[in-house]
Formats: sequence, structure tokens, C-alpha cells
Amino acid sequence: MKYDLVIIGAGPAGMSAAVEACNLGLSCLLLDEQPRGGGQIYRNVGRQTPKGKELLGPEYQAGLPLLKAFELSNCKHVAGASVWQISAQGEVFYSVAGTSNAVTAEKVLITTGAQERPMPIPGWTLPGVMTAGGAQILLKSPGLAADEAVFAGCGPLLYLVVWQYLKAGVKVKAVLDTTPRSNYLKAAKEWRAALAGRSYLKKGIKLLRDIKSAGIPIYKEVNRIAAIADEARSLGTVSFCTPKAELQIETQHLFLHQGIIPQVNLAMASGCEHHWSTQQLCWTPKVDDWGQSSQQRILISGDGLSIGGAVAASLRGKLAALQVGYENGKLSVQQRDTRGQPIRRLLAKELAFRPFIDTLYRPAEQFRKPVENEVVVCRCEEILLKDIKSAVENGCMGPNQLKSFTRCGMGPCQGRQCGNTVTELMADLSGNPVEETGYYRLRAPVKPLNLSELASLYDEH
Amino acid sequence: MFHDISHASRQPCVSLLLDGKSIAVPAGYTVAAALLTQHRRHNRTSPVSGAPRGPFCLMGGCFECLVEIDGVSNRQACMVEVREGMNVCTQQGAGELTTDPETLSYEV
Repeated sequence: MKYDLVIIGAGPAGMSAAVEACNLGLSCLLLDEQPRGGGQIYRNVGRQTPKGKELLGPEYQAGLPLLKAFELSNCKHVAGASVWQISAQGEVFYSVAGTSNAVTAEKVLITTGAQERPMPIPGWTLPGVMTAGGAQILLKSPGLAADEAVFAGCGPLLYLVVWQYLKAGVKVKAVLDTTPRSNYLKAAKEWRAALAGRSYLKKGIKLLRDIKSAGIPIYKEVNRIAAIADEARSLGTVSFCTPKAELQIETQHLFLHQGIIPQVNLAMASGCEHHWSTQQLCWTPKVDDWGQSSQQRILISGDGLSIGGAVAASLRGKLAALQVGYENGKLSVQQRDTRGQPIRRLLAKELAFRPFIDTLYRPAEQFRKPVENEVVVCRCEEILLKDIKSAVENGCMGPNQLKSFTRCGMGPCQGRQCGNTVTELMADLSGNPVEETGYYRLRAPVKPLNLSELASLYDEH
Repeated sequence: MFHDISHASRQPCVSLLLDGKSIAVPAGYTVAAALLTQHRRHNRTSPVSGAPRGPFCLMGGCFECLVEIDGVSNRQACMVEVREGMNVCTQQGAGELTTDPETLSYEV
């Protein structure tokens, strides 16, 4: 079966692109890993409980009409599908329930979204330490929360989850805010961006005020956070420093967050060129105004492109669909541009706020690049900072060679939890620019695959 | 301990085996969510050092929540929903290799 467009990921970008593409008369298939559409931001929006709707708020509920439109569209949706390779010829290989499949696409749109930036602190591999995004996922589906948790880091998502916990009546033990003091001054210089996003700014200020008035301990300018094990080798205590004191808090739950970054594995493994974003401190794919990547058949949109939020992701998804419609002959160049214009205006408005947010919540160096030698950098292979240092001392040139030196980045997560850290660390250690230091060379399959799963491709042939 | 804050009249429970012990969990839970509500803090031990590991990102990206489900090891507990009669085992180290084709083509 050959499709005009195969979309990977059912978040706001993927669903919007699917609706737009179907309206243009393109044959369209959407592959997504989750059991239901929505992505992470609108996870479970179609089946949310009344209590959940109240907690998660109108911005979350805004995903419902999009999900409905997507479900009503002619787009074929395969749920539970893990895409593991896109070939240059437009073949998309994916696996559902242990069986592999292949489809062919004229164009492929990658909308695999974002992930949380790794925050390698001492003890972050202990059971009980999770990401704040992970905590929010459990809140969205099935509606779980943990009492007496400590939240640590910075960024809008961290405060949002704390706020949602408080609204749910869940006791939060403490918030450790790692925003460096100097960030506030730098962010003030981005006042134009702040003004452009004043509706978001207003919501953010209300959220922070609500958290403050809830009476939970909030520590500012926190540094040197460490998770300490209990006798069962799970999280028992969090230790940290403020400018005034060294403190410890007993807890079974620590939720970490240092912002989000594009999920680059599929795009990189498909040969799409990337560059280092100095504003968002992450790798981002090189694309044109429509999302066309350096690979002729592949477009990329949504937060997998750069972090812009759900509304921006949805708008970028539409732009990518218009481009595919144009290339397919469904739209003339004028029709494409005319339809794109209002979308671009909204997108520019949406993205205007980013310089302010990116500056205010730019993660401190110590939470991007660990300082203590014993900190685990690669969680899968348990590679420590000192292992990476000694590899560099022994002549290791960059992240990809680090794999042969140490196995760093070669575990099942394929570098998702260490890649960003390793890039920045190695640039520092070798004294080279980040762009030059590069990233792991990623290869298909981008998700672990059983040999029998691979072999099942040929079952019908 | 994670607990339910949705206050919803839940869908009927499904029963499954967790390390041989029968537990009841509301339908629609992922295996990871089920573990987290069952006083289970870790779901596996690391194949490198043997240290315990628990769910971390909950969105399929970190591969920390690997468990054995119905005889197939290294399955992501956060990506699989519970099913009646499911047999979930916490995993020690790298997990056992399964070669039985019937077992490998699993239901979701």
C-alpha cells in the first residue's frame, strides 16, 4: 500500500497535519505508539474523567476538538505502532504487537514531539526518582498522584504539575527551584517577548502565586541536588544547597525537570541534518519554512522541530500538510501560500514568547553537565562522568567515538537520556564548539527490535 | 505510593499476576501504573550493576520500566495496558531470551 503522506506521532502536530492533509484529498496514514491519539500533551483527552478535566484545565481540553476532528477524518490511524526505520525510498517500517510491517509513502512527516532534558544528578537512577513530565502523564492517565513528593528543577511544566497536584489536594513536600538568579535579569531584557506572550505570562504569574500561597516550602536558587538511597536501595532522601544553607528532605518521590528538548532519534537516524540551538540548548533539525528536512521525502513539524508548545505544534503540522498538498499537485503555489499566510501569522505570535521563556528557564550549567565524578551520565550502561573524562583524556574525539570507548549511549534508550548531556560535556572537556563536537550517529532500528520481529516482515512474501 | 485522585467510578477491574501473586487493577491502567500503585518501587535490576530501577519517564523513552510480560522479557511497562490474565514478572538483569514464536507474537 502506498500513501501520499505517512505521519508519525499523534500529538497536536500530527493530528492537525492529518486533518489538513485529508481535507486536501491526500491519502494519509498516521502511526503512533500510544493506544489512543493525543500525544503527551493531550494524553487521554478523549476519555478524561470530570475530576481530571477540572485539574488539567482548558488548555488541555482544547485538544478534544482536534482529537475528534482527527478521528472523523479519513486518515487511517494505527495505534500501538512503533516506527523503527524510514528509508530514503519512503518505506516506513514499524512494529505492532511484536510483528513488523512496512508501508510506502510519497512523503513522511515526523511529528514525534519532545522529551524532557536529561538532568543528571547524583542518585537520579534510584527508583522513586522520576521526571516531572512522567508524574504529569500519570495524572492524565490513569489519574494517579504521589503524596509528599519533592519537585526539583525549573521550567513551566514543573510549576504546572506542582499546581495540578495542589489543586488535586495532593500534599507536596517541597519545591526546589533551580532557576539561577542571573536568569531573571537576562529575561527582563526580553521584555518585548514577554509582552507578546502576555496571556501566557498572566497565567504563569497566577500559577506561581497560587503555589506560593499554598504554604509549601519553596527553595530558590537551589544547587547541588542529590538523591540518596534508603536501605532498600530506593530513594529515601534529597539533599541540596540554597545560597544560605545545606538541607535534606526525606521523601520517596523526587520529580526532576529542566525543560524539554526535541526527540531527535527518528529524524537523525533517517539522515535529516541537525544543528545545535544555542537558544534552547539542544539539537534541532534543519528545515525550511514548511518543515521540509534535508531528506527529500521527510518533513518535520511540532516540538520535534524546536520547542514551541501545543498551539505552535498544531500550526506547524498544518503548514507541513499544505506543503505536501502542493507537491502532490492538490494546491498551486499561490493556494499553498494564501492558506499558509494566516497560519504563519498565528505561529509568529505563538513563538514570539519563546525568547523570554527560554532565557528565564535556561537550565543552569551544573544540571546539564554534572560536576561530581560519580554521577551516572548514561543510565542504561551506567557510564559515569569520570569514565567520560578519562575517555577524552585518552584521545576520544566525540560522542560517537565515546560509544567504542565506553559503551555510553549504546543501551536500549539509544542515547535519549544521555545524548544531550554527552554533547555538551564533551564540547567542554575537549574545548571544541558544540556544533563541531556533534552527536551520536544514530541508526535504525530506532526502537529495540527482536530478530523474530524483524523476520516477521517477510512472513507474507 | 501513587494513588488514584480521579474520584471516578472506575471501569471494572482486571486481574493479573504480578510475580505470581494475583492483583486487581482498573482496566485502562498501564502495567507501569499498576506497579506504582502496588507498593512496587522497582520493576527490574540493571544488567550492568544489578541496582534496582523503577519507572522514570513514563512515555516510552527511557527503557527503565522493562518487565517480563507473558513470558516476553524487556517489554516497556509504561506502553502496555493491563489485560485480564496477564502474567507480569519483575526482571532480573538482562532478562531471559524467548525463542518460542507463539510467545513472541503477543497481544496488546
